[in-house]
Amino acid sequence: MPKLTINGKEIEVADGLNVLQACELAGVEIPRFCYHDRLSVAGNCRMCLVEMERAPKPIASCAMPVGDGMVIRTDTDKVRKARQGVMEFLLINHPLDCPICDQGGECDLQDQAMAYGFDRSRFKENKRAVKEKYMGPLIKTIMTRCIQCTRCVRFATEVAGVEEIGLVNRGEHAEITTLEQAVDSELSGNLVDVCPVGALTSRPYAFAARPWELRKTDSIDVMDAVGSNVRIDTRGREVMRVLPRLHEDVNEEWISDKTRHACDGLARQRLDRPYLRNGEGRLEAVSWDTVFRAIAERLSGLSGDKFAALAGDLCDAESMMALKDLMAGLGSENLDCRQDGARIDPSCRAGYLFNTTIAGIEKADAVLIVGSNPRWEAAIINARLRKRVLMGGFKVGLIGQQIDLTYPYDYLGAGPESLSEVAEGRGAFAEALDKAERPMLILGMGALARGDGDAVLATARKIAERYGMVAEGWNGFNVLHTAAGRVAGLDLGFLPGAQGRDTEAILAGCQDGSIQALYLLGADEINMARLGAPDSGPFVIYQGHHGDAGAHRADVILPGAAYPEKNATYVNTEGRVQLARLASFPPGEAREDWTILRALSEVVGKRLPYDNLGELRQRLIEANPVFAAVDQTEAAAWGAFGQDGAMDAAPFVSPIGNFYMTDPISRASETMAECTEAFGLGANKGATGTDG
Amino acid sequence: MLHDRDRIFTNLYGQDDWSLAAARRRGCWDNTKSLLELGRDKIIEMVKESGLRGRGGAGFPTGLKWSFMPKERGDRPAYLVVNADESEPGSCKDREILRNDPHRLLEGCLVAGFAMGAGACYIYIRGEYFFEGSQIQRAIDEAYEAGLIGKNAGGSGYDYDIYLHRGAGAYICGEETALLESLEGKKGQPRLKPPFPAAVGLYGCPTTINNVETIAVVPEILRRGVEWWTGLGRPNNTGTKIFSISGHVHKPLNVEEEMGIPMKELIEKHAGGVIGGWDNLLAVIPGGSSVPCLPATTCTNILMDFDSLREAQSGLGTAAVIVMDKSTDIVAAIARLSHFYMHESCGQCTPCREGTGWMYRVVTRMIRGEAEIEEIDTLLDVTYQVEGHTICALGDAAAWPVQGLLRHFRPEVERRILDYKKTQQAAD
Repeated sequence: MPKLTINGKEIEVADGLNVLQACELAGVEIPRFCYHDRLSVAGNCRMCLVEMERAPKPIASCAMPVGDGMVIRTDTDKVRKARQGVMEFLLINHPLDCPICDQGGECDLQDQAMAYGFDRSRFKENKRAVKEKYMGPLIKTIMTRCIQCTRCVRFATEVAGVEEIGLVNRGEHAEITTLEQAVDSELSGNLVDVCPVGALTSRPYAFAARPWELRKTDSIDVMDAVGSNVRIDTRGREVMRVLPRLHEDVNEEWISDKTRHACDGLARQRLDRPYLRNGEGRLEAVSWDTVFRAIAERLSGLSGDKFAALAGDLCDAESMMALKDLMAGLGSENLDCRQDGARIDPSCRAGYLFNTTIAGIEKADAVLIVGSNPRWEAAIINARLRKRVLMGGFKVGLIGQQIDLTYPYDYLGAGPESLSEVAEGRGAFAEALDKAERPMLILGMGALARGDGDAVLATARKIAERYGMVAEGWNGFNVLHTAAGRVAGLDLGFLPGAQGRDTEAILAGCQDGSIQALYLLGADEINMARLGAPDSGPFVIYQGHHGDAGAHRADVILPGAAYPEKNATYVNTEGRVQLARLASFPPGEAREDWTILRALSEVVGKRLPYDNLGELRQRLIEANPVFAAVDQTEAAAWGAFGQDGAMDAAPFVSPIGNFYMTDPISRASETMAECTEAFGLGANKGATGTDG
Repeated sequence: MLHDRDRIFTNLYGQDDWSLAAARRRGCWDNTKSLLELGRDKIIEMVKESGLRGRGGAGFPTGLKWSFMPKERGDRPAYLVVNADESEPGSCKDREILRNDPHRLLEGCLVAGFAMGAGACYIYIRGEYFFEGSQIQRAIDEAYEAGLIGKNAGGSGYDYDIYLHRGAGAYICGEETALLESLEGKKGQPRLKPPFPAAVGLYGCPTTINNVETIAVVPEILRRGVEWWTGLGRPNNTGTKIFSISGHVHKPLNVEEEMGIPMKELIEKHAGGVIGGWDNLLAVIPGGSSVPCLPATTCTNILMDFDSLREAQSGLGTAAVIVMDKSTDIVAAIARLSHFYMHESCGQCTPCREGTGWMYRVVTRMIRGEAEIEEIDTLLDVTYQVEGHTICALGDAAAWPVQGLLRHFRPEVERRILDYKKTQQAAD
């Protein structure tokens, strides 16, 4: 542990830090532009210069490793002069367009100029102008503002794993450029965050708001099952933007582009009033009273086994709990939170969690990915896997679709046959797993959401046991969920009862008439055709926030709240319970989801026993104590799960065909539609642009 | 004045053949095995004692540099890299060695590489030296054929390979860490130090980078002895040095001379004197374009070595003496150098990227006097803001010529500014 003296104050810091970090620990702030905690050190902005004893020149503190006995001064005239000099150089060719710059108010250059800038310019020459670059539908460039710190280059190459940005030319002509095409990464939005100036700004957010007008709410993302920590910025009712929030164990400080940019979908296609299908077969806006009475009328006299409920991907724990209790009151056991039909075995919690935890990936030394495309299913987890790969000594094997994961892997095959091979210990990768001390396995929905999912799950369990993936202090068995609400649903038991029907049986029941009423709680990803036409099929109650597939088929629509509009609990794929907070209110007459169910319960005569969120959360904890441990991951006990059986030969296919559109919010988002087009994932998939 | 018997580069002018046979006649590759038999530590010790300082410009003690190579380095290989990217305006000494005496360099490569425990040597040559590159490659081929390098080099039992690598003509690739980047196939941009190349160099392995001349003189120092070498020049500035004399002299040339020779003697004895006589001298840039110029008054008594030129606030640099007589527009000359540094700045770090262009533009205006008097101080301030604040020394190299100009020719600049103002007023 080296000891340093910083501005006369002695401090002992950990090995391997740099002087800049040591100064921060000593409470001395060092200005910087190019240095970023999570990127390699470039040392090129020269803003962090400090004086070091016995060094003839000021040193760049970001690039200097700490050494025992170093004497650092950051408050001398020499240091101030050096920083003022650097600041002047940065500003001579930087446009004076702060009033029209979207970075204004949250710009590092602007902030530092307050501390080290001069109140007039000595530069009498013409300023430099740089041609704009095209970086895709998410990033707006004003390259004249660029200060060549190369953070974006380093982020793209190191974290995102796409070598599509670089610094070309030299001297004054040095400029950041792309390959004249959109930056094809699911993490590209983070480029805007790492840019310390207004060179890269958010295109969808361009000229939309100033940071000081926004109300900032800490919340949780639901676009995938990672549970990224986000900050939701709102102005009035409108969600203006979503930014990442630091959480070392989950998303570090990155979020995926869907998390960041799908928020414009929150303002479109919203269900803001209750609707009821009238005699002519059209949905008609009515009052809450009317819909509730219509539902009560329809349900009265219906026996529980003729009624079913499905919960969708974005559901919060509270509303699922309320619906589960309501279903119990109505005497129905037909409920399921696995609308994709995934054959997850809820009997053992370790059997459906990402047990290794996201941060735990960094400790693993081999991974077998089965039936998953983590790059699209959980971009943040893929970034963590890439980070682990870059640390070295990490073998990656993949069974499923052959895709670009941004890091190299051994491709073992497309389907269950290859999985059996590994289970039987055949092949080179089996050897690698054998040798690994902390191997892990990631099982995606592409492997589970199929008829033979039970057998696949059992085989995966056997692999985990065979290769010592489950040991004292280590659990390498992981299920990678794609739905934010899934783990909560499993935890609180939103699952068919002993005699109940699962998703497949419910849909079959709808087809053969044995199910006469169906409650869809934000469930849009089922095959609506199986529900039949409104006049012949079951009575469908849809509660949700977007006019998507479910609402189109519904006989009754109950307008609910989207994720920024409610105080809600989500459990991510690791089993981490996280609380999302209300950032804005639901539109029109829409309400928080659990309150709708609470109100409905009263009308149908099965009053739910909780009157406020606190009581409901108590009920959650009763149902499963994990809900009491917020933001913690407790190791789940290992057990038997899955069912032996024959596996189909069909290859594993990831459930996500288009990263940018996976749920009602992103499907309603204009930005996500633009991305879909830009990256050739939409209807014109594979089009060359010359197709006319 | 250096005696002919003390000359190392006896074929500097190419009167004799470059080939191995001719080189052997001149004493090159003469029982190199016995030099290697001195042992690694002894060689480094002798180079240290000789006081040999790097000939590439910075004048860092060579023996000390070699001793930085880690002794314990596991199974990592180590490399010697020879910097033949001679691009400093005014400097052309390495060119003559590469062209006419390549075997001197190759022998040095083997001895130096052996001393630091390097298994291979890369000679990085500037792309414009096309003929010289081909020449050195021919010499390498000859040396391999004669068994002087390669497996069991010269019967010493030591395996040693030498590779030639051509650069693509960027001045910055002469900076040692940028050179390594370029050698690795990346964009030539200087690396941050620490870690120094001796710890983490080429491909992350211990590496020493030396100038062509530095490496080429080593075998002779070992052969003739440390006393012979230290007997030449002054303390701490020992040995011989090739000076490249250009500009307003009757006979521009490269000449090997003793360190510490008076500048006046150097110019008058070897280069035929300043055109129009010594009194017609305006200024001299004594060490290649990056060092500050010296006015004629200083030049009369100054000695050509590291320490005395440093005392005069200039430097020996690569010992490229650029002579300017009174017909020179000194401001325009310095502006041209500023343009060079602006053009060659890699653009990586802020002060150099932004400062070189700024300095160039202001100095250029000053050629015609199109500036304010206050701008002289602003310009000087800018040079100080660049100097010492950059990753590599290119920032310093860009700042120094301008500082030299303003230090010694400030009245001239002021006169131009006032004259220009007068003509403007007259025009109004």
